[in-house]
Amino acid sequence: MLATLEGAVTAAVLALTAVGLSLVFGVMRVVNVAHGEFFMLGAVLAWWVAHLAGGHAAVGFGLALVVAPVLVGLIAALADVAVLKRVGYDPERTIVATIGILYIIQQVTLMTYGPDARPVEPPFNTRIPLPWFEFTDQGFALYWPWGLSTTSYKLAVIGASGVVLLTVRLLMTRTRIGLLMRATQLDRETALAFGIPVDRVYAVVFAIGAGLAALAAVLIVPISQAHYLMGGDPLLLSFIVVIIGGLGSLPGTVVAAILIRLSDGIISVFFSPTLAKILATLLVALVLVFRPQGLFGGARA
Amino acid sequence: MLELDAINAGYGRAQILRDVSLTVAPGEILCLLGRNGAGKTTTMKAIMGLLPLMSGAVRFKGEPISDLPAHRIPGLGIGYVPQGRRLFGELTVAQNLEIGLMVRRAGRDTLEDVLGLFPRLRERMQQRADTLSGGEQQMLAMARALCLEPELLLMDEPTEGLQPSMIEAIRQVVVLMRDRGTGILLVEQRVDAVLSIADRVAFIENGRNVDTLDASALRADHSLIERHLGV
Repeated sequence: MLATLEGAVTAAVLALTAVGLSLVFGVMRVVNVAHGEFFMLGAVLAWWVAHLAGGHAAVGFGLALVVAPVLVGLIAALADVAVLKRVGYDPERTIVATIGILYIIQQVTLMTYGPDARPVEPPFNTRIPLPWFEFTDQGFALYWPWGLSTTSYKLAVIGASGVVLLTVRLLMTRTRIGLLMRATQLDRETALAFGIPVDRVYAVVFAIGAGLAALAAVLIVPISQAHYLMGGDPLLLSFIVVIIGGLGSLPGTVVAAILIRLSDGIISVFFSPTLAKILATLLVALVLVFRPQGLFGGARA
Repeated sequence: MLELDAINAGYGRAQILRDVSLTVAPGEILCLLGRNGAGKTTTMKAIMGLLPLMSGAVRFKGEPISDLPAHRIPGLGIGYVPQGRRLFGELTVAQNLEIGLMVRRAGRDTLEDVLGLFPRLRERMQQRADTLSGGEQQMLAMARALCLEPELLLMDEPTEGLQPSMIEAIRQVVVLMRDRGTGILLVEQRVDAVLSIADRVAFIENGRNVDTLDASALRADHSLIERHLGV
């Protein structure tokens, strides 16, 4: 039960991060190895903003929630124009280029922010005890055992992630910019022949993808901490999730994130964390062998 | 209206077009004829700015357009019906048309006008483009290009693989657009498919354009075609 809830929190954050990665790959065909660093940058910036803002925790956090993703988005757009555009979005060269971006971001953070892990205070954090039930002599009974609890903040993270994911979906399906992005994704050359400024669409998509990772990070820093090496795990897990869910499929990504994180949480509690990782990797291998387009991916070349 | 002035273009280092020159006037159908691999589609892409020119210039209404970024070119009023239709398959018919409408911010009237030309599309507006039949897809590809109210229309083998009734429907729209004053550059492999509607015919061979003749001359003397196409 507790494992499920903890799993749901990390699943929500992972879903946000993975959707960012999936969006970038889907539209731009760029495997963004620096995605985890945008995540890390979001967390670190959240700490800076919260630190500078001072005052009540909610003020700093609220500010970070807006500033960090926007700033990371701008940095990503800059990286797109300055680097990815120059290598012509060639699949192999963009991988190498984003590895370069990864190290630049990571080392600059180390030089300025330092090697410490620093926490950000959550804006609100009340303990919510959770009920448990038991069959006793008197029959069915509910009670509140000590230690079985969650916090209001964790529930808010799940809710906020849900809202953001829904917004992304609406953005893609209902708005003009979403239409432009999908057209570019489906056929870049024809999109150009119909006046779609593909370069600008790419910069926006890259910024949104990085911004989502940063947003996920801001949500998670009050629970974990901001550290310059924290980008590795979300990157790896995002790739796992995106492969299982099917590239470019938003619902697939969300379902895969929940699947991976919940099973990870539950298996870690009852067996061992290593077994959870083994199973997740095995699942990736099985998906790649039997359903290379992912569980939810449509058939495409 | 459209003028290609000795353009050289190709993919990477592989040069395809060598000193190709053409002109298309408003209200005229110029048909570009040539065998497979002669450079017809490459010519179209060069006009749309999808391929960088090695030398030469493309001018539209007297203005050079070959230096513009590719996404600015359709906005000038050039509609493109690519070979193989190239629809946005996962999008609906309505969304495909909306992308066409966005190019020059055309409104409801234009859409109504276009749907008037292709009534079958109206029944399928919410259907995904890749679920349409081949003929309907071709209609959609044309409708999408017409949505930007083009002054010049580029069409790359629009009748490829279609049944005769569809070819006839598309041919009628082409003639109608010509009569409205649109300049049309039509690429074809099959002579008989276009000879009846073309005003002039340009032959292209191995990336060079050999000759441009009046269609009436060709209709009168079929041996000219055989000489140019070498069939």
